[in-house]
Amino acid sequence: VSIARPTDLDGALAALAERPDANLLAGGTDLQVEINLGHRRPDAIVALRRVEELRAHDASNGAIELGAGVTYGTIERDLADLVPGLAMASRTVGSPQIRNAGTIGGNLGTSSPAGDCLPWLAALDAEVVLVSAADGERVLPIADFITGPKRNARRDDELIRAVRVPRVAGPQHVAKVGPRNAMVISVASLAIVVDTDHRRVRVGMGSVGPVPVRPTAAEDARQRRARLGLDDDRRRRPARASRPPAPTPPRPSTTTAAPPPTAVTRSGCSPPAASGGAWDDRRHHACP
Amino acid sequence: MTDATTPAPDALAYDLTINGRTHSVPSAWLGESLLYVLRERLGLPGSKNACDQGECGSCSIQLDGQLVCSCCVMAADAVDAEIRTVEGVAPEGELSDVQQAFLDEGAVQCGFCIPGLIVSVHDLLEKDPTADQLTVREAISGNLCRCTGYGRILQAVETVQERRAEGGAA
Repeated sequence: VSIARPTDLDGALAALAERPDANLLAGGTDLQVEINLGHRRPDAIVALRRVEELRAHDASNGAIELGAGVTYGTIERDLADLVPGLAMASRTVGSPQIRNAGTIGGNLGTSSPAGDCLPWLAALDAEVVLVSAADGERVLPIADFITGPKRNARRDDELIRAVRVPRVAGPQHVAKVGPRNAMVISVASLAIVVDTDHRRVRVGMGSVGPVPVRPTAAEDARQRRARLGLDDDRRRRPARASRPPAPTPPRPSTTTAAPPPTAVTRSGCSPPAASGGAWDDRRHHACP
Repeated sequence: MTDATTPAPDALAYDLTINGRTHSVPSAWLGESLLYVLRERLGLPGSKNACDQGECGSCSIQLDGQLVCSCCVMAADAVDAEIRTVEGVAPEGELSDVQQAFLDEGAVQCGFCIPGLIVSVHDLLEKDPTADQLTVREAISGNLCRCTGYGRILQAVETVQERRAEGGAA
């Protein structure tokens, strides 16, 4: 039985190389819960909350890089200008207590179909930066990283160092549907990013499939219509998800059936103040 | 076999800093949550355990000044943190102004959620003393009261804010 509490990345990688069977612990909001419920019995832990490099973020190049240890609370409070859609998504996570602890790297590492940051990351074709003591860094597109419900391509000796997204101009919006406003696991969620540089609407959908769904056919159709100058047509055509919905409830307490993806995409296509908006909606119908 | 001084082969020994005092945990299992260690090993039962999965807020504490659920903190990972529990919001035998206002406004029904709410309200008012009601509601959105006594709880927070604004010390 061991717990390593490294303070820098090299220390974390060395600890993980020594015990590749170790569970990685960041905010604890997933791992500690699994332990509390008796689903997991760790023999070794590599605790990451002291690792300085993982808490950093960098936007000096064309891309934005967020360290895996950046919490939802930090994104919501400090990074809303840099990554507005991600800040909206972060604000829908759990409660203030959970947002102070949980991290974006943990959201990726858990790879839950209901992970609140994942639709936005999928919409932006985020890159996941993995690192190991043996092989250094490798970078995977999020679509290759998340391989199934709660499954991903991280090797046992690797940790998620950071996630990278391109800088995009244009508005972003995130919507989440759940039984109430606070403290809910998403029944369905949606991220829309209008990428004005590439004249493309990027979409990511959560909780409607085993992995975040990227409805590229709908995006392509939208882009063709824009090219052909058909943007005046205000009829909302619901996007069709490209994979059959088969969500896995992440916690036993979640039994609500998911509405069809079209319901969320319709509300997500409305102006931001309409219902389903993760940002204004929560201000106007404050919980509990 | 474990006793108070010799950890079993697969047990851990560590110290925690809670409410400014060092507490020794001589023998614990790696997977124990901070909530479990507070309640079962250190005799600090103020933090309540209802859901054990970060959904109810009744185990809320401050870890290095951040409000978190102690059921989601691995105790063995909290070794170098400043932990503040509901036992630490006021000197022994006294009530904090938040606790007093909860009593004065009748905000306590069954009482189970109250320690978590007290810690959450202290945390909020340290960071945002003049929080408006929407901000207060959002700040306590992670603390479930199944008596649904939120009206009086919100009134109690307002009372604390008024009393502090009138010049009473925190």
